[in-house]
Amino acid sequence: MGVPATAPGRRLEHGRVGETVPRLDGIPKVTGEFAYSSDLFAAGMLWGHTVRSPHAHAAIRAIEISEALASPGVHAVLTHDDVPGKKLYGLEFADQPVLAIERVRYFGEPVALVAAEHPEQARRAAEKVRVEYEPFEPVTDPERALEQEDLHPERPTEEAGYYDDPRPNVVRTIVIRHGDPDTEADVSVSGYYELGSQDQAFLGPESGLAVPDGEGGVDVYVATQWLHVDRAQVAPCLGLRDEQVRIHLAGVGGAFGGREDLSMQIHGALLALHTARPVKIVYSREESFVGHVHRHSARIWMEHRARRDGRLVCVRARILLDGGAYASSTTAVTSNAASFACGPYAVENALVEATSVYTNNPPCGAMRGFGAVQVCFAHEAQMDKLARELGLDPVELRLRNALAPGDVMPNGQRVTGSLPVAEVIERCAALRVPDPEELPRDPIRLPGGSGNVTRGEGVKRGVGFAIGFKNVCYSHGFDDYCSARVRLFPNADGALAAEVHCAAAEVGQGVTNVLAQVARTELEIANVVLAPHTTASVDSAGSSSASRMTWMASGALQAACRAAREELARRGGSLASGQEIDVERVYRHPQTWPLDPDTGKVKGERAHVAFICSAMRAVVEVDSELGLTRVVWIGTAQDVGKALNPQAVEGQIEGGTAQGLGLALMEEIQTRGGLITNASFTDYLIPTALDMPPLAIELVEEPEPDAPYGAKGVGEPPTVVATAAIAAALRDATGRELARVPVRPDDLVGLTDGRA
Amino acid sequence: MKIELLVNGERRDADVWPGESLLFALRERLGLPGSKNACEQGECGSCSVLLDGTLVCACLVLAAQADGHEVVTVEALADGGRLHRVQQAFVEAGAVQCGFCTPGLVVAAANLLNRISEPTDDEIREALSGNLCRCTGYAKIFDAVRLAASLA
Repeated sequence: MGVPATAPGRRLEHGRVGETVPRLDGIPKVTGEFAYSSDLFAAGMLWGHTVRSPHAHAAIRAIEISEALASPGVHAVLTHDDVPGKKLYGLEFADQPVLAIERVRYFGEPVALVAAEHPEQARRAAEKVRVEYEPFEPVTDPERALEQEDLHPERPTEEAGYYDDPRPNVVRTIVIRHGDPDTEADVSVSGYYELGSQDQAFLGPESGLAVPDGEGGVDVYVATQWLHVDRAQVAPCLGLRDEQVRIHLAGVGGAFGGREDLSMQIHGALLALHTARPVKIVYSREESFVGHVHRHSARIWMEHRARRDGRLVCVRARILLDGGAYASSTTAVTSNAASFACGPYAVENALVEATSVYTNNPPCGAMRGFGAVQVCFAHEAQMDKLARELGLDPVELRLRNALAPGDVMPNGQRVTGSLPVAEVIERCAALRVPDPEELPRDPIRLPGGSGNVTRGEGVKRGVGFAIGFKNVCYSHGFDDYCSARVRLFPNADGALAAEVHCAAAEVGQGVTNVLAQVARTELEIANVVLAPHTTASVDSAGSSSASRMTWMASGALQAACRAAREELARRGGSLASGQEIDVERVYRHPQTWPLDPDTGKVKGERAHVAFICSAMRAVVEVDSELGLTRVVWIGTAQDVGKALNPQAVEGQIEGGTAQGLGLALMEEIQTRGGLITNASFTDYLIPTALDMPPLAIELVEEPEPDAPYGAKGVGEPPTVVATAAIAAALRDATGRELARVPVRPDDLVGLTDGRA
Repeated sequence: MKIELLVNGERRDADVWPGESLLFALRERLGLPGSKNACEQGECGSCSVLLDGTLVCACLVLAAQADGHEVVTVEALADGGRLHRVQQAFVEAGAVQCGFCTPGLVVAAANLLNRISEPTDDEIREALSGNLCRCTGYAKIFDAVRLAASLA
């Protein structure tokens, strides 16, 4: 069987914590050798295909598989009847059928599986699976959902200790009351904001290979963000014990939250166990758009009350998130949106109400920024409105209200540790904004680019500024930990070598480099090898999510390495041939507590472990005749704690900014009656090389006292602020309210004198 | 149907289904999975290869159309153990994150430098605008192309 290991097993030549280190997997990735989850192969392998619902909401009256089963090359056709264990699964709440049972609740929901010798045979056989549907009126409006038929009458999230909201289709409601929410002030500004649903659009489609072990168990090689939580969902549905299911990380072609939930894992394992053959499943791009959860679309109402001098007195916010058909991580996205609704500002009075609902729209869950993106767009628009109302400079207004350690957040948590909001504002504001480029110029440097649609007439320039923040690590009492194991042994030449086992998913962010850097730093030895990421040899690392993996993996491996060194010292500082030291350590971050369901206040010292903040200034040009845009320049200052690998940190900031730019200007999952109408890269646009401006980046390093090496996560803040900063710049250029993203050309055209 | 083509300098034949793309044949029949399957509709450039010296998306070419022609994939860029300067520059500049777009970008960037030895920033952006990357925001990819040009 030719399943290549993804950890290349190469030795590191240099690179400790704090140094720019080239990627450990860089060479296999540039040569094409690196094995992604869609590149795997095994002798005798079959191809799996998923039969999916063409309806957003329907009853299933009958499923007829005989014609499909008799098709050429077909080895199996499976339905919910063939799921041997639990029929439902889910990341946090088991509310989603492995294969639809009596009802489908979203467009593209899996209904049946086919395995055949050639992928085309599997696709054609899938078309012959006859499913008799009785379509229902889909629930598609998140506000009306609160009055319509309950899509999950069993209410899967009801017993989770949340605020008791009896309305239909509520996934979670949070109400945070802080101080006196009725406090009035000198001025008040309010607004209503909307964000469309964004797709992670990772380039490597969902895919993997399931290999039966011949003894009733199965190995699944898959691109995922958390191996052990996959196993915890897969094994019960297969009716197997945990140890009979081994999940191995195959090469991950990007994740951004979209691989937190399962895709092909259970399906591939079912087909493999049923046929006793390895089964590979690779989604097409169209299928990928229904194969993972998306960023929640949001409707947000906000009112900001402030004194004449700009100090915030009271913030009132109502947030409605469309969770789509199944719960996924919606409850946590809801609490994040509520937590960060007031932004990184000190405010003594607030009323924040956040509700998420089930609908028949595509399921939503984790995406980079996780609830903070949506509220940042709203609170930053509000702060600009307030600045205008008060005649204050927008940067100055933000500085006057900047949250700082010692302040109490609306959820009752006192900020501790590092949170340099004022410093990121000042460092970003100090970046020199480039002067307007002169005309005439090459059309590639004008809105519309190589489309060559303007010589500069009607082009308006605008500058925007935004700040935002979010949590690092899992919050609200989740028992979050990471395990790492290190094995010390003498090489053939007698020199000490180390092998590191950690299940931390390398999704492109560079955590394998961090692991190697930590091992080299702590062990002070050159020969460090990383073992493959798997559930088979080490305990859980937790998820590559919530900007947590660097912090958590560093903590676990640092502890394991220090224990190994102590043991080595006990043995006199050296190991003879054949001897080894093998230690595994578990790291837990400081404890957090859940919110009280009635008051929205944290029940203990903290709801969140720590915070990361960022400030961004964006310069745009808008062709007011055509509504086309060009982002000219972006400057940002980001709180990183300590940059463990500065080049990789910059890469996260640049890439995270691009995703925020996408949401500001072009990215939205379009639906009609719950059906996705733009499931391709032809119709769902993501930023290209021509869309991205140059970035000026300032790293603000104020070590986080609770974090190993002081390092915070870095992946999410740029995505949180970029959408807000670019929208602010577009408002500056056009004078329009632009209360919805992505901003469309129609929203920008028709300016009379540039200030309509 | 049987096809015969010159792949990375080697004569290869394959038995393909007539509807198969060149990308599928390279990845699944010829043991060359370096070219990637990100969109399979010609939008993302992850499967960029050279067909008779011209940069194409292998997903938009039928395997049958490549019968009798010459294909160069990312696997042939390095000279034995020695990386192509574009590959070296991608590693050094930090232009690789998840890396799924990288094979296509490396082939496209090498093709650009063959055509224009010292491209301007705008020429780099335009030449690579057919290759989507979701991780990097392109900044370090531009750095890598500039670095590769300087390594000539």
